[in-house]
Amino acid sequence: MYPSRFRYESPRTVEEAIALLEEGKGEAKILAGGQSLVPMLKLRFANPEMLVDINNISDLDYHRFDADGTLRIGALCRHEHLEKSAVIAAGQPTIAAAAPLVADPIVRTRGTFVGSVCHGDPQGDWAACMMALDGRIVAQGPAGRREIPVREFVTGPFQNVLAYNELAVEAVIPAPRGVPHGGYLKLERRVGDFATAAVAVALEMSGGSVVRAGIALTGVGGSTLDAPEAAASLVGGPLTAEGIAQAGDLAAAASKPRTDHRGSASYKRHIISTFTMRILHRIAESDERAA
Amino acid sequence: MTSLYEEVSVTPVGVPVRRVTLTVNGERRIADVEPRLLLAHLLRQAFKLTGTHIGCDTTNCGACTVLFDGRPIKSCTMLAVQADGHEVETVEGLATASELHPVQEGFKEEHGLQCGYCTPGMMMSAKALLAENPDPTEDEIRWALSGNLCRCTGYQNIVKAVLWAATKMRAS
Repeated sequence: MYPSRFRYESPRTVEEAIALLEEGKGEAKILAGGQSLVPMLKLRFANPEMLVDINNISDLDYHRFDADGTLRIGALCRHEHLEKSAVIAAGQPTIAAAAPLVADPIVRTRGTFVGSVCHGDPQGDWAACMMALDGRIVAQGPAGRREIPVREFVTGPFQNVLAYNELAVEAVIPAPRGVPHGGYLKLERRVGDFATAAVAVALEMSGGSVVRAGIALTGVGGSTLDAPEAAASLVGGPLTAEGIAQAGDLAAAASKPRTDHRGSASYKRHIISTFTMRILHRIAESDERAA
Repeated sequence: MTSLYEEVSVTPVGVPVRRVTLTVNGERRIADVEPRLLLAHLLRQAFKLTGTHIGCDTTNCGACTVLFDGRPIKSCTMLAVQADGHEVETVEGLATASELHPVQEGFKEEHGLQCGYCTPGMMMSAKALLAENPDPTEDEIRWALSGNLCRCTGYQNIVKAVLWAATKMRAS
């Protein structure tokens, strides 16, 4: 399969990329990892007039914690870099859990975290992690930079709020207010398939109490779903068996699954509840061991 | 009527092309390509390296896996222009004139293939795994090859083939 013809540009700096987007007047598309875009070009679901390949911009391939604990992930940080990262393994459990479950190992060598969030696939893993972690996207345009909370960033399936002349240069995960705990569980029929259902959990704990919680759901709605009531129910006390069961119920209630070839709606709700509780029980056990 | 081969190797007049210089299996190659040409097509049709197979053409099957600067990628999901300045290794780069690569030998010894369509991609993923992890467990092999689909073998002998290659490579 061949994509339609397009003009190809490979800028060396973010500023050049933005100038090209400006020139494209909405008909230009950013190419980062390309693991969703190139298949869409081949199927001709996407027919941009210009592709702006950012792979030759040298200072976008990073992920690092600031001194205060804020995590920054550059636009060219590949899934694989997060999967194999010692700092992620030590410092960001939700992302560490999700990284090995994104697509398949070959796609992970190329696909990017930020690109996946921008793509806005309701079944994308990273958008749920970003939502659970209260992440933000840093967009750079001709007028400078702005930060957009991920909840406002994705507006629907394959839609985001970036202006035509803005490039998502970085994802930001705010510094935790306590010890970060978290997990990501995904049910897929086989490696690389879209999620039947998945749950991202991010907790911050201090003195045995949950001080912040985020729970987000993948594959059970028209876009990534937030489960704020489930998360709020956990805040302000220790993790208890009753509290975990209640959060599981609330997460399932926040899901809006549809029956399809991957399973019935009630089955998917059951998975959401089970995965939410399973992640929370694991956190409770690890917190007990640490205490 | 132009054949598919001619269409990609002789770009129609007036269509903008980009000159790319890349290293393929250790040899420097230059090509003028249309930006929409996929890396898999550059390798197969312009360079005649038909060992890289195109299976699903939709980023699922991994038959077109090649090494890009040493890491496995799906060559049907990368534009040829993106390979400019990079190193690509295909299945043709594994053997020397006189000797099979241990991964190839492993597939032969352990009967790691039936129809053979997925085999080049399997071998490139296996090579990348063994470069990182010379002594993988069976689970680690299954994990590393989980982006490569085989519809014949049930994977059993593929895993054995990679274990065989790992043993051989550690011994030498």
